[in-house]
Amino acid sequence: MRASRVLLRPVGFAGFGLLAVVLFVAVFGPVLWGDRAAVVETGNLLDGPSAEHWIGTDNLGRDLFSRVLVAARLSIVLALAATAISMVLGIVLGAAPMLVGRRLGRLITAGVNVLVAFPGVLLVLFFAVIFGVGARGAALAVGLAGAPAFARLCHTLVAAVSERDYIAAARIAGVSKIRVLVRHVLPNIAEPLIVNATMAAGGVLLTFAGLSFLGLGVQAPDYDWGKLMQDGLNGIYVHPLAALGPGIAVVLAGLAFNLTGEAFAAAFGIGETSGRVRREAPATADREHAVAAPEPGAVLSVGDLRVTIPGAQNPIRAVRGVTFAVRDGEAVGVVGESGSGKSLTALAVARLIEQPIRVEADHLVFAGEDLMAGGDPESLRKRLGTSLAVVFQDPMTSFNPAHRVGPQLAEVSRFHQGLSRRAAFARAVDRLRAVKIREPERRARQYPFEFSGGMRQRAMIGMGLMGTPRLIIADEPTTALDVTVQRQVLELLAEVRRDTGAALLLISHDVSVVTDVCDRVLVMYAGRIVEELPAADLRTLARHPYTRALVAAVPDMETDLTRPLAVIPGLPVDPAHIPDGCAFAARCPLADDRCRAVEPPLLSSPAGDRVACHKAGQPLPADTVEVTA
Amino acid sequence: MSVLSFRDVSVRYGSHTVLKGVSLDVAEGQTVGLVGESGSGKSTMARAAVGLAPVTSGQILLNGHPVPGRGRERPVQMVFQDPYSSLDPRMTVGESIAEAMRDRLGKKARQAEIARLLALVHLDASRAGDLPSRLSGGQRQRVALARALAARPEVILADEITSALDVSVQGAVLNLVRDMRRDLGLSMLFISHNLAVVRYVADHVAVLYAGEIVEYGPTAQVLGAPRHEYTRTLIDAIPGPGRSAHTMTLKEQT
Ligand SMILES: Nc1ncnc2c1ncn2[C@@H]1O[C@H](COP(=O)(O)OP(=O)(O)O)[C@@H](O)[C@H]1O
Ligand code: SF4
Ligand SMILES: [Mg+2]
Repeated sequence: MRASRVLLRPVGFAGFGLLAVVLFVAVFGPVLWGDRAAVVETGNLLDGPSAEHWIGTDNLGRDLFSRVLVAARLSIVLALAATAISMVLGIVLGAAPMLVGRRLGRLITAGVNVLVAFPGVLLVLFFAVIFGVGARGAALAVGLAGAPAFARLCHTLVAAVSERDYIAAARIAGVSKIRVLVRHVLPNIAEPLIVNATMAAGGVLLTFAGLSFLGLGVQAPDYDWGKLMQDGLNGIYVHPLAALGPGIAVVLAGLAFNLTGEAFAAAFGIGETSGRVRREAPATADREHAVAAPEPGAVLSVGDLRVTIPGAQNPIRAVRGVTFAVRDGEAVGVVGESGSGKSLTALAVARLIEQPIRVEADHLVFAGEDLMAGGDPESLRKRLGTSLAVVFQDPMTSFNPAHRVGPQLAEVSRFHQGLSRRAAFARAVDRLRAVKIREPERRARQYPFEFSGGMRQRAMIGMGLMGTPRLIIADEPTTALDVTVQRQVLELLAEVRRDTGAALLLISHDVSVVTDVCDRVLVMYAGRIVEELPAADLRTLARHPYTRALVAAVPDMETDLTRPLAVIPGLPVDPAHIPDGCAFAARCPLADDRCRAVEPPLLSSPAGDRVACHKAGQPLPADTVEVTA
Repeated sequence: MSVLSFRDVSVRYGSHTVLKGVSLDVAEGQTVGLVGESGSGKSTMARAAVGLAPVTSGQILLNGHPVPGRGRERPVQMVFQDPYSSLDPRMTVGESIAEAMRDRLGKKARQAEIARLLALVHLDASRAGDLPSRLSGGQRQRVALARALAARPEVILADEITSALDVSVQGAVLNLVRDMRRDLGLSMLFISHNLAVVRYVADHVAVLYAGEIVEYGPTAQVLGAPRHEYTRTLIDAIPGPGRSAHTMTLKEQT
């Protein structure tokens, strides 16, 4: 899997190809060309390039091209040996703080940091002098000089992994420190270490060539590329290829290591997106709603919204035709499990989704404005900016950590309302005050990390209030917060809506929050709305089996303590493989053959409620089976 | 008789005192809920009991003796909040569980024991060969529980073990916690900021506020007739039915 991913990239392909050639030459060079490289031709001393000697001969008339090929082995072996020394020492020094006591550990870390600060060249020369000239001394010198950088990298990686709970769990279970290191830590930092070692090997190769070139490295009669370069230097103006030939070899081999390292890094890396995005033909096959007109009187009207994420094999249909409206001043909740498409729906409405994810809709009308109509995104965002506010679950990711909070809020008004810097900042302070942040002047000058979670969330709402929003989209705004802080944030939202008359689209997996705050609720499952009903009816009058299970699964302060909690058996549908028929059928206690074959349409009742279920409202079997979560 | 006992425990990080002389008993077979806002010191209390936080003064006793912090015998086990951090991504479920076992077992016996533990947390024995990446969040928390059980503990410290889970999964894990207590007679310190969850699993509740326990008692009593101001604030903040006064303030609008 991984290997194929590495090879499929152009960088990886080039890197591996080159590395294979280099290693082949290193292994077989002396065998194949060793004799030829040793032949002394007294008639051809210091010859230039010819058909017989491609890059000429040396002062004994030996063929330089063969010698470059033969030198590959020593050059590569020395580079790898030095890298290995760096790596082993680095791992020992980097992991030591975890094993030894706190004080000694700090001392080691400090020492490593001091060494890292020294220029590498200085260290190499220093050690080269200590260990004396020659291949072995040079390898030790380069290896030692490279160790501090590895140690620091290793230390950082170890520290990051040590934070993970599984390390704590192993310690609590009585696993010894050494065992924890070997079994848990090292395997989990191996990938970045290998990547770095591969890249470092390229650099070491260069350093080595430099040392030999200076006469500190490999000594005659042995020769590596650096030595060959040094030998060729005398005639550089007459026969430049004699010096350049081995130089090119160094560059090619270095490149081979670096590109391979890059390719590994890219393959291991997370969040790295590949350049190849497949564009699928628009999925028009399964629209079930007739094209509906935008609902009059609604601040937001969404018709047959679809969001598709290009996937490796199947496109992931995360939102599969969602139609709903939010009327002026109304609060609409969206509930469902994670992965049901709630957040993507919200992001799509706010036009915050970018390529390669595809958003399609019959219509997407906000405040009389068609958001799906072309036009440049710049002006669209400008118009949206002040009338549509968005609040996310983790405002830490929505604020730029490098900028102070006040100016970030002010930015909104400067961009959207063309206020001056000073006026915008004043408004920011005013808005922070409006969201009940104490000492707003001082707070405005602080960075996001100086705010607590609840305060950041309020500041985020404050950012939405820089204009006069007609709709606030809040995606799990209180999920990461404590009950008391959650209450404050919800009250703030309610107050803001009272003052401005803004409508609210509140996304939450917490049924209780939605019932408290919202007028109407949309229940989503596998990218579709499966039920819509008044929030007041959610607990008692829901008709879809999924909605009823969702409500029953959450304990509240009145839950019957004598009975097990209701659970929803099985797992949510994988949006890349949505089954035929009702998507909930595999988990539904009422499912029958019809459910598995025919997808139930979302039907409206006269009262305006909607439900998509063949057996809506039928009683559930009393004893819902419990299966793995 | 109390199994786990915090006696006047303080924890200080630098100049910041996180726990201020906390005393709490977890009796045999009892589940004690620990509630409070984030930063109040709930996790620190649990971590101190297993040696992950430095106890500045006071004592944490197990059956009257200090909690063992060396050797294979580890009768106090902890389960963590984040299901994505609590299992080594490179170890199979079976390996993770086997690591926590007290005794060295032969291959056959080990596999049987893994299967037994997986069955206790309602997972199929075939899961033993899976890597965590193939498990859902709820399944990971079950494995983390099985790992804790593998050490044959007397007390389990559960730190927000359902907070990161979807509601549909949370219920199943809570049922499991209650089953385990009923079937295995385990003692448990159950940490959560969700009062409805604590109400469902705990027989006693302690309320932690700024590093001090401000209220303690039987769950029904503490949640039904809170005496401390802070407990009342906590209860008033809960969304959901029975809190109609607040529902009004949240919905009231032009
Ligand atoms: N290793 C640590 N170093 C310094 N401060 C810490 C450390 N661990 C926790 N704290 C502090 O202790 C306080 C209590 O934290 P914690 O026990 O995690 O609370 P809770 O679990 O109730 O949210 C917090 O203010 C936190 O910042
Ligand atoms: S359509 Fe059938 S399977 Fe789907 S929710 Fe309704 S009863 Fe269950
Ligand atoms: Mg905590």
